[in-house]
Amino acid sequence: MSFAWAKQYEPKHPLARWFDERLPLPRLVHGAIGGGYPVPRNLNYFWNFGVLAGIFLTIQIVTGIVLAMWYYSSVDGAFNSVEHIMRDVNAGWLLRYAHANGASFFFIVTYIHIFRSLFYGSYKAPRELVWMLGLVIYLLMMATAFMGYVLPWGQMSYWGAQVITGFFSAIPVVGEPLRIFLLGGYVPDQASLTRFFSLHYLLPFVIAGVVILHIWALHIPGSSNPTGVDVRDEKDTLPFHPFYTAKDGWFAGLVILIYCLFLFFMPNALGHPDNYIPANPLATPVHIVPEWYFLPFYAILKAFTVDFILPAKLWGVLAMFGSILLLFFLTWLDRSPVRSGHYRPIFKRFFWLLVADVLLLGWAGGRVASPVVVAVSQLATAYYFAHFLIILPLISRFEKPLPLPNSITESVLHGEKAESAPLGSKGRRDGSQAAPATAG
Amino acid sequence: MATEAQSAEGSGNIHVDARTPAGSGTGEVRRRDFLNVAAVSFAGVGAAAAVAPLLVQMAPPADVLALAQTEIDISKIQPGQAVKTVWRKQPVFIRNLLPAEIQAANATPAGELRDPQSLAERTKPGKANWLITLGVCTHLGCVPLGAGEGENKGPFGGYFCPCHGSAYDTAGRIRSGPAPTNLVVPEYEFASDTVVRIG
Repeated sequence: MSFAWAKQYEPKHPLARWFDERLPLPRLVHGAIGGGYPVPRNLNYFWNFGVLAGIFLTIQIVTGIVLAMWYYSSVDGAFNSVEHIMRDVNAGWLLRYAHANGASFFFIVTYIHIFRSLFYGSYKAPRELVWMLGLVIYLLMMATAFMGYVLPWGQMSYWGAQVITGFFSAIPVVGEPLRIFLLGGYVPDQASLTRFFSLHYLLPFVIAGVVILHIWALHIPGSSNPTGVDVRDEKDTLPFHPFYTAKDGWFAGLVILIYCLFLFFMPNALGHPDNYIPANPLATPVHIVPEWYFLPFYAILKAFTVDFILPAKLWGVLAMFGSILLLFFLTWLDRSPVRSGHYRPIFKRFFWLLVADVLLLGWAGGRVASPVVVAVSQLATAYYFAHFLIILPLISRFEKPLPLPNSITESVLHGEKAESAPLGSKGRRDGSQAAPATAG
Repeated sequence: MATEAQSAEGSGNIHVDARTPAGSGTGEVRRRDFLNVAAVSFAGVGAAAAVAPLLVQMAPPADVLALAQTEIDISKIQPGQAVKTVWRKQPVFIRNLLPAEIQAANATPAGELRDPQSLAERTKPGKANWLITLGVCTHLGCVPLGAGEGENKGPFGGYFCPCHGSAYDTAGRIRSGPAPTNLVVPEYEFASDTVVRIG
C-alpha cells in the first residue's frame, strides 16, 4: 500500500483471478496483512500488541454473541440467566469466563500497545491520526467494558452503574437531569439495564469499524519502528506475510496460552466476589472498586477532596476525563523530532517514571481511601498531568538526542554485511552453505 | 543439520535438507515445508478445538434435559377420557380407551394403513386401554384436537388436526390427511398401576 516496492497481488489460480477482477477483496487482504504490505524489518515484540488487540476484540465479539443467546436483560432474570449460563448451558462456564477474562486481556494488550506508542513516539507526524483513532478505540472500549460489567446485575454491576453515571451529575446545572436521562430513571433499573445491553452489543462493532480506520491510517505511512527512522528503501522492509504473520502467530499462541492459564485455573482472579451477589439497591458493598483496568482513573477521581473555585466532585470528574483527553494533544506537547525513546536519554527516564506513576495510581485506586492513599493519589495525579503538560514540552525543547542511525538496515546490521539478506532469499551466513544446492 | 533432521524423520521418504534454498524447484520436501505444514496443522487443530464450545453451547442445556422424564398419575382418568400432559415441553395425550374404541382399532386391518401398526404394538401388554402418544401432529407439528372434552375427534373417532385436516383413529394412527406417520408413542413404562413414567 505504502511503498513503491510493495508486491502487487498476483492471483495464481484462475478462480482467484476471476474473483479478483470482480471484487478485489483478495487484493485488499494481500495489501493490508499479506505479502503486499512492506513492514520495517527491525520491529521488536512490542509491535505484536496491535494484532493481539485485534485477536482479543474478535474473541470478545464471538463469545459475546454466543452469551447473548442465553442472557436476559431483565432486572429479575439477568443475574439468574448468568448463573444458568454458568451451570446449565453446555460449555457456558467456559464461554463466560472467556468473555470476562477476555476483557481483561484486551485491556492488558491495549495498555502495552499504548505505552509502546508513548515510548516510540508513534503519535508523531505522520501518524497523528493513527494515534487519535487509537484513543477513540480506547474510549469506546472503556464504555463497552463498563456497560458489559453492569449486565450480570450483581452488586458490583449495580453500584458501578450508580457511581459511573454519577460522574455526569457533577456537571453544573444540567448534571442531575442528564444522569436521570441517561439512566432512564432515578437509579439504575430496567430501562438502564436494557439500554446498556443494547449498547454493549452495538459498540464492539463500532470499535471494529474504527479499527479499520486505525489500520487504514497506519498503512498510509506504514508501521513505525524501534529506531523511529523512516524507511528508505526495500532493504529496510520485509513483507508482512510470511515474516510478521509468523512472528505475530507464534506470539499470539503464547499470549493465548497465558490467557488460558487464567481462563482455566484462576478465572475469577481479576474479578470481584461481590458481583456474585445479586444487585441490591438498598445496600452498597463495603469496598466498591471498578475493574482493575480502570483503577488509575478511579484514583484520579478520588484525588480531589477540596473545593477550589469548582466543587471537588467536578474537579475529580474533569481530571479523570482530562487525563485521557490530553493524550489527543500529545503530538503538540512533545515537539521533539526524534520519535524513538532509545535516542532520547532524558525522555527515556521520564517515560519510565510515568509508567511507575500510572502503576502507583492503579495501586491507589484499588485501596480504601485512607489519608495516606489520598495523599499518594494526589501526588501521583499531579505528576501525571505534570508529565504531559510541563515535563514533556520542556524535555523536547532542551534535550540533546543521541545520533540516529542512517537507516533501519544500518541499525540492524551493525556492520555485518552477511546478515543483510532476509532469511532464505539469498546465500546464508555460513560460507559452506552459500552455494545454491541444486542437487538437493 | 541434515543428518539430525533425517534421524528425526526416521524414514527416507521425506528428505529434509536445510541447505536447499527457497524455490530451488527440486520438488522435494524441505525442512521449512515440513515446519510450515506442522505449524499450520497444529494451529488448525487448535482453532477447531476452540470452535467446539461455540457449537456445543447451542445444544439443550442441563435444565432442559432435566425435564426429559416425567411421571403422571393416571388413576383419575375414566374410560373414554383423555388428558393432556407435558413431556419435554411437548404435549402428551394419555387416553383411557373404551372397549368399543379398542374393538374399532383392532377391527381395522393394519396392513392397509399408511403407517401399518396394530393397537397392540402401540400399547403395553395387558394395558391395551392406555393409549399414550405425543400430542404433536406428524405433519407439521400442530396439536391435534380430541383429547379435551367435546373437541372434534375427526371422522375416525381419535384425533383431528385443525391445521391441515389430518385425522387419526382411536389407536392414534393416521387415516386421512397429509400427515405421513402415526402419532408418536414416546418411550414410557408403568411405574405402578396408576403411575406412568414417560421418557
